[in-house]
This record gives sequence, structure tokens and C-alpha cells, in this order.
Amino acid sequence: MTDLVLSRRRFTQGLGIVVATFAWTTRSAIGQAPPNLPFSLRNNRKLEGWIRLEPDNSVVIFTGKAELGQGILTALAQIAAEELNVEFDKIRMVSADTTRGPDEQYTFGSQSVEQSGAAIRAAGTETRAILLAAAARRFDLPETQLKAMAGSVVATDGRRATYWQIASEQPEILRREIAANIVPKRPADYRIVGQSINRVDLPPKLTGRASYVQDMRLPGMIFARVVRPPRYGAKLMALDDTTVRSLPGVVAVIRDGHFLAVAAEREEQAIAALNALASGARWSDDGISLPDMSNLARELRQLRSETSVVGTAGQSEPAPPDAKRISAEYVRSYVSHGSIGPSCAVALLKDGHMTVWSHTQGAFPLRGDLAKVLGMQNSEVDVIHTQGSGCYGHNGADDVALDAALVARAVPGRPVKIQWMRDDEFAWAPIGPAMTTKVEAALSSEGRIVDWSYDVWSNSHAMRPGQAGGVNLLAAWDLSVPFTKSPPPRIPQPFGDGDRNAVPPYELARKEIRNHLLLDTPIRNGSFRTLGAHGNVFTIESFMDELAEAAQLDPIAFRLAHLKDPRARAVIEAAAATAGWSAGAKGDGWRGRGFAYSRYKTIGMYAAVVVDVSIDRNSGIVRVPKVVIAADIGSVVNPDGARNQLEGGIVQAVSVTLKEQVTFDRRQITSRDWAGYPILTFPEVPSIEVVLMNRSDPSLGAGEGSLAPTSAALANAFAHATARRIRLLPMTPERVKAALA
Amino acid sequence: MSTRITVNGESRMVDAAPDTPLLYVLRNDLGLNGPKYGCGLGQCGACAAIIGGNLVRTCSMPLRDVENDHVTTLEGLGSVENPHTLQKAFIAEQAAQCGYCTSGIIMAAKVLLDRNRNPDDEDIKNALADHLCRCGTHNRVVRAVRRAAVELAR
Repeated sequence: MTDLVLSRRRFTQGLGIVVATFAWTTRSAIGQAPPNLPFSLRNNRKLEGWIRLEPDNSVVIFTGKAELGQGILTALAQIAAEELNVEFDKIRMVSADTTRGPDEQYTFGSQSVEQSGAAIRAAGTETRAILLAAAARRFDLPETQLKAMAGSVVATDGRRATYWQIASEQPEILRREIAANIVPKRPADYRIVGQSINRVDLPPKLTGRASYVQDMRLPGMIFARVVRPPRYGAKLMALDDTTVRSLPGVVAVIRDGHFLAVAAEREEQAIAALNALASGARWSDDGISLPDMSNLARELRQLRSETSVVGTAGQSEPAPPDAKRISAEYVRSYVSHGSIGPSCAVALLKDGHMTVWSHTQGAFPLRGDLAKVLGMQNSEVDVIHTQGSGCYGHNGADDVALDAALVARAVPGRPVKIQWMRDDEFAWAPIGPAMTTKVEAALSSEGRIVDWSYDVWSNSHAMRPGQAGGVNLLAAWDLSVPFTKSPPPRIPQPFGDGDRNAVPPYELARKEIRNHLLLDTPIRNGSFRTLGAHGNVFTIESFMDELAEAAQLDPIAFRLAHLKDPRARAVIEAAAATAGWSAGAKGDGWRGRGFAYSRYKTIGMYAAVVVDVSIDRNSGIVRVPKVVIAADIGSVVNPDGARNQLEGGIVQAVSVTLKEQVTFDRRQITSRDWAGYPILTFPEVPSIEVVLMNRSDPSLGAGEGSLAPTSAALANAFAHATARRIRLLPMTPERVKAALA
Repeated sequence: MSTRITVNGESRMVDAAPDTPLLYVLRNDLGLNGPKYGCGLGQCGACAAIIGGNLVRTCSMPLRDVENDHVTTLEGLGSVENPHTLQKAFIAEQAAQCGYCTSGIIMAAKVLLDRNRNPDDEDIKNALADHLCRCGTHNRVVRAVRRAAVELAR
């Protein structure tokens, strides 16, 4: 943690600009913070802002992080119970709620255990120490004769008091700022952290108890839908809403500029009204010229860009002239989040106060942008995180929250629920940007990489609400007084944006890595799980195999020859051993095996992946029977939860690699349902073996690190099987057949 | 316009147009949460319920067509306090992440186990081939269905 905090300070201060780092933290906030204070405590110092002992003998833990299906509330409750010495089932979690609880900005980047976990650990440790000290005064005993256990302080003479008794007698003791000067438990003493405790949210979800914002039902609630334009950039020229207004149940038609919505008493009435309203709307022929899908690499490189060198070494000396030079170019297509449940929100304007229930990843930043668009003060708007379908990044969650608020503003006193239709989500949510890369390296006669040159072209993968210089909410751009999008942020390494993981993890004496941040944004861009790491690791790890082949070396041996970090070497060796990697094994034309390694965000979790493929050369269908991953995520809070995340990332990566691309013609997005955007199905999912390294180092988030190396290892397995390489994702049957022809 | 339907063993009067997709009746008139809106096109399976022993996509089934049938949703299988064997197995295997697709998957698994008491992994995967899961919990789901089959055979 210390390293992470210090490096963030250095980056921010060094650049002297408002830096959109991982948490878009402002300089002033960082300037006030004492050193070594866990990141999330810096702006949230009040102890009772994190932990409260409730009269019903429970403990409420407040976190600014949101449950997205990744099991974070369970993991954080484990950390709290551990440090407090209370039973796990005494903990209740309150999450990402602007009416109460800390502002931890966004739930993204696999940082929840690292950030919120560190804060809750510090707050829990401190609370336990305060209660022990108070009990010492109460019993008039030295603390050495007291022990905190199972929610009580027990004295050696047999006297005891529960935490709740102590706190009710001396309520002022917990009303203070967190000093964070008490050493937390040693990992060796953990009883709850490190256990595979079952997710607290699953029994309700698996039995149909209201769990999601989609399940909210408020008295007097109405349903609304938004008529989106036929394409990006089209303007609402004329509207005939007479038919709509006569339809049963219609409560209101809302038009503001090019934003058009309808509200009705019943959900199916709102959908019928949506269709009628769409027929009555006439849109201009305006549009944004979209790239030619058949040549994304060329199209992306033609966009305006801003180039920066994000990694360099050894440039003062020329590259050895006699080295063998090899180069290649790679492409990853545009990717949709593909949430199974389209985005949904509930909004209510009552007595001048707007409350929005949303599955946003950033309740506080969203609140700020909603207030801006609605012309209200932050204090007049609240956002309460309420779970939704898995998002895997920045999907339509924030946009539908504004949609609902705009409709709610037109019908004060009535709660409004909007769930986007399937095509809204596919066509209008932010999309993971396409990326293209070019890499050139030089190999010495001994098979060492002596030069490395790398370029990545990509739009920003970070266009969330709360960013400076604009408003990143879909409807805001269509209002009669429109807001503009933020400019893309400049996120420095090691986090990066399109250049996340663009700097190879290998020991390279001479290298230069350039990021070409694309400024024109034909396709609406946003964060998809891993940001640019996916395209960069796909490139780097594919190319490492190409280099190993040129050097006539085993791909794993070749990587190890360029790696010193013992944790990196350990995961690679563990994956190789578990998979039974055999150096020099040959593919037989239809079966093969591939390897890849990466350390997510350069400073996050380590992963080494072995993928097996089998290829039907006639149909071009690639199957993945088996994936092995070895992962080092530091100290593991919940092993089964971590495995679930790693497995899920692998399945999603196989899906993205083999099948997924947002499709469009030159005018509009054409993949608007699951037939147009197929994902991996049950019969196609590989069996997965996870090896979790057992370490006591600080925890590293497990939510994203398995994806990128899986894609690269799959591509390498294909090349191993067929001696042909596909450098363009997805590896559709057509492309496979073309590669094998 | 009132329609009488039987859901989870209870007879209910519903005041909705006969062409209303059953999904909205279940969710909004009867307050059930199991069936979810996913696509409205019968492509994803999130809205699946059991009607007359068959798995049905409720987003694409009008109310008028279920008047004489028995509808079972996730809630009809069991509760937090008294979960069905399948629900217990899904909890034991932690066979969900966001859980949004899982209701439809459990209903499909119920229909499978009603017809095949001893399915192998292939049978399970094929029975769930039209159900989409985006979190990637497929292998856990298959284990959970197998576990439930073993439990039910006892």
C-alpha cells in the first residue's frame, strides 16, 4: 500500500495538473494528507463515517465501494470482523451512498480491497483499541489484563463488557478522527480474513428476494422509457405525440432539446408508448462518420491523436546494428460490456430534493454531474447505490440515472423507474475502444531482446461522470441547453488508459513505448474491464511468442530469461507445472497450447495462464477445452471469491477473444441484440484450474488481472496448433478459415 | 380487464391487458423478482419461468396464453429460510457473481432435473445452452446442478 500511495503522490505533484489518476484525486486533497494514511481515509477521516456500533448489537460498516457482483461487501465485512474481533454475522454493510458513508469515488480498477479494505482495516483496528482503552478505565485494569474477543472486552478476572455496552456508556470515544497509528493484526493471526466465507448477498438473490434496483417498487411509482436517436449525432426535428398522449396509462411526454422520453403508469404501457413515440419522431440526417470496420487499424491511425512517450530506456545508445529485427501489428475490436440486465435507475424529486437509486460505479461523482445537469446544488441531490446486473466497467448505469432524473423532474412526487431496452444498452452505452498496436524488437544472436519499440493507438477508456471539463452523461449532450463531453483525461503510468500495461514487464535495456491517445471519438468510448491492458497484453504476449519462435526458444524459457521479479517467475513456474507444460512440444495442426504472463497495471496482481485449444479447420471454430491460471494476489481475503473473479475473467476473455466485436456500418451501430453480439455459451466454456499463490504481502485486486493474459495465451495456442498467427481480435471462424487457407 | 392466473400455487387476479407480456405481470403486478428483463427477445433466458412443466421465456409470452396454467418462478422453489435443493446447491458452489441471470438458469435446471434425474455435464451444459451468463460462472453452475441432482437422488 505504501508504495502505491507514495507513487500516486509523486505523479500528481510532479505533473502539476489536475491528474485523473485512479481516483481522480485533486492535489489539495493529497496535500493535506499525512503520510502513509490509507488512500480512502484521506478525505474521510471520521471514525464513525466508517464504523458504527448499533443499539441492536450489530456493527454497521460504511464503504464507498459498491457491490457489482464481485463479492466486495463480503470481503470488506471479513476485514471489518477480523480487525474488530466481532463475529462475521454481526456486520452489516452500507455501500456507496451519498446520504451516509464515505466518498471513495469509483468502484473500479480492482482497487476495492486495496483501498476500502485498507481503510476499514485501519478503522477497525482503531475502534478495537479505543474500546480496549475504555474498558481498561471502566474496570480500572491495565490493558494487558484485557482481551477483545467476539464483540466483548474480557478481563482476566472474569469481568466482561460488550462493545455496545462500552460505547453506549461512553459514546464520545468513537467520535473522533482516525489517526491510523495502530498496527493492525498480523496476517498470521487472521481467523476470518483468508477464509472462503459464502457471499452474504447470494441467498437473497438466489431465492428472488428484492436485491436489485430493478426490483425496487416505491408507492406511486411510474415507468419511463427514452426514445434514442437512430444514430449518433441525429437531431430531433419534429415530433407528433398526439397518438402517444392518447395511449392508455401515459402520464407524460418529456422533450428537452433532442432528449425524448415518455412515462406511463405501467411498464408495458411505457414500452408501447416508446414505440409509438419513436414512430412520431422525425430525426435529422446528421450523423457521425464511423470507421470502416474492415480496416480498423488504418482507420484508428487516421484520427487526430496526442502522442506521449510512456516508457523509455537506453535511448542514448543506438540499437545493436547486427540484431535481427522483427515487427508486427495487432488489433482489438470495439467491445461491449454486455450486461445481461440492461441499465436501470429509479429517481424521485420530492420537496426540491432529487434522490436517485443507481447501480453506478461512482455514486459521489454521479451525484455531482446530476446536480450540474439538473441545475441543483450537490446537497439537493443524492445517489444511493442499489445493485444491478454485472457491469464489467462503465455501462449505461450512469446514463439511465440521468434519464430517470430528467423524467422525475417533470413529475415531482412520483418515483420514476427506467430500465433501458436491450438495444439502448448495446447501441448507446459507452463501448470499450478498439485498439491497434505496432511493435518492433531486435533479437541478439543469443536470443536476448536488445531493442523494443512500441506504439498503441486508442481512444480513452476513461470517460466517466465526475471528470473535469464536461459532463459524461448521454442525455446531457442532447438537452436544449447541452453539456459537452469531458476531454479525455491524462492518466499517467503505471495505471495508464489505452496505454495500461503498454510498458512490458520484462527486463529490456533499450525500449521506447509511445501512446497515441486518439482525440476524435467516432464510437462512444468508455471503460471496459482492464481498459487498455487487454489490447496491450494481447500484443506484447503474442509478440513475445513470435520472438521466442524467431530465437528458437521455448516461450516460457524465453520469458523467464527476461524476468527477474521472483513473484513473476513464481506464477509462471506454477502455471507451467500445473498445466504440465512441455518445452518443445509441437502443435499437430488442430490442437495446441499457449502461454502468457502479465502483471495487471504493472503494480497489481500477477497472472500466468496456459490455454489449450482445438480447432475445427473446416468450420473455423476454435474451442478451448482447458485453461490453467496461477495468480499472485498477495494476501487473499476470500479465496473462493478470488477464484470466482479469476474464473469469470477467463471466461469473459475467451468470449472476447473468439467472438466479440461491436459491429457498425458507416452510420450506426448494428449489433443491437444478442444475435448481433454473441458471447460464449455454456457448451463452449472451458474447464478452469486456478492456482492461488499463498503470500502474506498486501492484497492486490483480483477482478481484472486474469483477462488479458488469457486472450494472449489463446492466440498463442492457436499459433502453436496451426503455425499461423491471428493478430486481429476477435478470432471469428471467418478469420480462422482465412488464416488457415 | 382482469385475468386469473396461478402463480407459485396461488390463484391471483391480475388487472392487465391480455397482451401484456407475462414478465411484467409477474414483476409489477405480483411483486415477484425472480424473472428478470434481459432482452425482451427470448435470447438470454433471464426471464425464464416454468409454465405447465415447460421452461418459458416470460418476456415473450402474453398473459392471455397462461390463463389456465400453473406458473412457477424462482420464489416458488424456496426462500432464504427454506431454500430448494437447487438453491442450496447454488449457494454451496457460490455459483453466481451478479446473479442477474441465475434465476432463469435455476428454472432451466429445475426443468432438466424433473426430466433427467442423473444428468452428466454435457446434459447440463446443453440444457443451459440458451441461457447467457456474462460474469463467467458457468462451471460453478454446472457443478451446482450436478450437486443438486446428487442431493435429490438421496
